[in-house]
Amino acid sequence: MSYSDKVIDHYNNPRNVGSMDKASTDVGTGLVGAPECGDVMKLQIRVNRETNVIEEAKFKTFGCGSAIASSSLATEWVKGKTVDEALSIKNMDIVKELSLPPVKIHCSVLAEDAIRAAIGDWKKKQESSKPVSVEAR
Amino acid sequence: MSTDVKIPQASTQAHHPDAKGVKLPIYMDNHATTPMDPRVLEEMLPYFMEKFGNAASRNHSFGWAAEEGVETARERIAKLVGATTKEIIFTSGATESDNLAIKGVAEMYREKGNHIITAVTEHKAVLDTCKRLEKYGYRVTYMPVQKDGLIDLDDLKRAMDDKTILVTIMAANNEIGVLQPVTEIGKLCRERGVIFHTDAVQAIGKIPVDVNKQNIDVMSITGHKLYGPKGVGALYVRRKNPRVQLSALIDGGGHERGMRSGTLNVPGIVGLGKACAIAQEELPQESCRLAGLRNRLRDRIMNRLDETYINGSMEHRLPGNLNISFAYVEGESLLMGINDIAVSSGSACTSATLEPSYVLKALGTGDDLAHSSIRFGIGRFNTEAEVDYVADRVIETVERLRELSPLYEMAKEGINLKDVKWAGE
Repeated sequence: MSYSDKVIDHYNNPRNVGSMDKASTDVGTGLVGAPECGDVMKLQIRVNRETNVIEEAKFKTFGCGSAIASSSLATEWVKGKTVDEALSIKNMDIVKELSLPPVKIHCSVLAEDAIRAAIGDWKKKQESSKPVSVEAR
Repeated sequence: MSTDVKIPQASTQAHHPDAKGVKLPIYMDNHATTPMDPRVLEEMLPYFMEKFGNAASRNHSFGWAAEEGVETARERIAKLVGATTKEIIFTSGATESDNLAIKGVAEMYREKGNHIITAVTEHKAVLDTCKRLEKYGYRVTYMPVQKDGLIDLDDLKRAMDDKTILVTIMAANNEIGVLQPVTEIGKLCRERGVIFHTDAVQAIGKIPVDVNKQNIDVMSITGHKLYGPKGVGALYVRRKNPRVQLSALIDGGGHERGMRSGTLNVPGIVGLGKACAIAQEELPQESCRLAGLRNRLRDRIMNRLDETYINGSMEHRLPGNLNISFAYVEGESLLMGINDIAVSSGSACTSATLEPSYVLKALGTGDDLAHSSIRFGIGRFNTEAEVDYVADRVIETVERLRELSPLYEMAKEGINLKDVKWAGE
C-alpha cells in the first residue's frame, strides 16, 4: 500500500499541531476514537463569539499516516469557516482530497467526527454561559 | 492561549552524516523472508539449464544428475537436524509441511483418538489447519501462553488425555521470536505416546535443533527463512522409536515414499540443502553476532526512549529478533516515518484483516500497545552501521510522533489513560 503525495505531505509537514486551553469558553475540544482501536484524534477550535468564525484550530492524533493526514487536513479546512459551514464538511471530501483507499476511509470518518465533537463542545459551552433571561412582570 | 508544537521535518539519510556504509533501503524484516545467500544461488544455477532432468527419471543421466543433487540436499538437511535421509521429505514450503504433518497424522491415527493440542500463538498455517480439522470432528485444545510467551508444561500435561494423538507447538515464534521448551514438550509426549510435531521454520539454522535430543517426531522446515529459495520446504518424519506414519495430502505417483507426490523442485531443493549446509557451518558464530547486534539495537533504543516495552521473553528468544511496543505511537505511522527501513508491526492498520496481532494479544499485551509494536528481524547481511542507523531513525520518529500524540500529552499531564472513557469504545 503506498500513500498519496498529499498524505505524505501532511505526515511530513502536519498543519496546526498543538493544544489550546480546554477550559476557555472560546475553545471547543473534540476527542474521538480509542487507543484499543489504534485511532485517537483530538481536534480543538477557537471560535470568535461575535462572528461564529473558527479563527484557530489545532490537532493531535495517535494513528496511522492516513489518520494523521485526515485530522491535519480537517484543521486546515475548518479555519476561516463559520461553525455551521464547518459542520458541512463530509468525510468523503477528505477521502477525495487525500485519495484515501477504501481500507482507510474510516480515518476520514473519525476526522469528521472530531470536527463535530469540537463544535458540539463549543456550542455546549455557549449554551451554559448564556445569561438566563428573566421574564418581565 | 494555545501552544504550537513545532514538528521537526521527517529526516532522510542526508541528515545523517554518519550514515556512511549504510545502503538504503535497509532490510531488517528477516522473519518475513530473507535475501538469498549468493552461495545458495550459485549452487542452484546448474540445475536450471544443465542438470535440468526430472529427479524421478531413472533411466538416463539427466535424471541421475538431478537425483544426485536432491540426495545431496537431503543429506545436508538431515545432518543439520540429526535425522537420517529417509526421514526427510520435500514439500513446497512450510505451510504445506504444516498441513501435511497435522492432517497427515490426524487422518492416520483417527482410530487411536481425535484430540489435538496446539497453542494460541502458532502460525496461521497451523491454526487454520487445526480449525479445518475441527470441522471434520476433531477436538482441538488451543493452549494459552504466559506473559513471556512460553507455554506452561503443567498446563500441557493436564490438557492431554487418552484421545490425544498429536501435539503441535512451534519451536520459535515468528512475531516475538520466543523459543518454546521443545525438549521438555517432546519428552512429555514421548512418555504419553503422543506424536509431537514442531513448526521449526524460524528456528532452523538460527538455533541448534536435534530431533533425537529434543524428542521431535515430525518437523516443518522451509527454505526462505534461512537465505534459501522460496517455494520449497521439507518435513522430517520419524522412522524409529516411534515410527510415525502420515496420510499423504497429495496423490499422484507416490514420490517421497508415498508421502508427497509430484515432481521435485530440484533447483529449490538444492538451494534448501545448501542453505542448511551453510547454517550448519556458521550457526555458532552467526547466532552470537546476531544476538550482539540485536542487543545493541535494543539498548540504543531503550536507553533513549522511555515507555518502551519488549514483547516476549528476552531469555528464550531467537538471537536476531526484537519486538518492541512504543507507547503512545501507532505502528503504521512509525513505519511511515522510517520508510527507508523494512520492518513490520503488530498494528491493526498493517494487517490484512485490520486486527491487531493475535500473538501480542495472547501475551496479555493491551490492544493499544499491540498497535504500537514494531518487529525487527536482524539477519546475516545486517551490519552494525545499519543497526545504529535504524535505532537513531526509530528514536527520532518516535519522539516526533509523540509530539503529535494526544495520548502522550495526556500521559504527561498525569492522566491514567485506562481511566478515560473513550468515545470510540
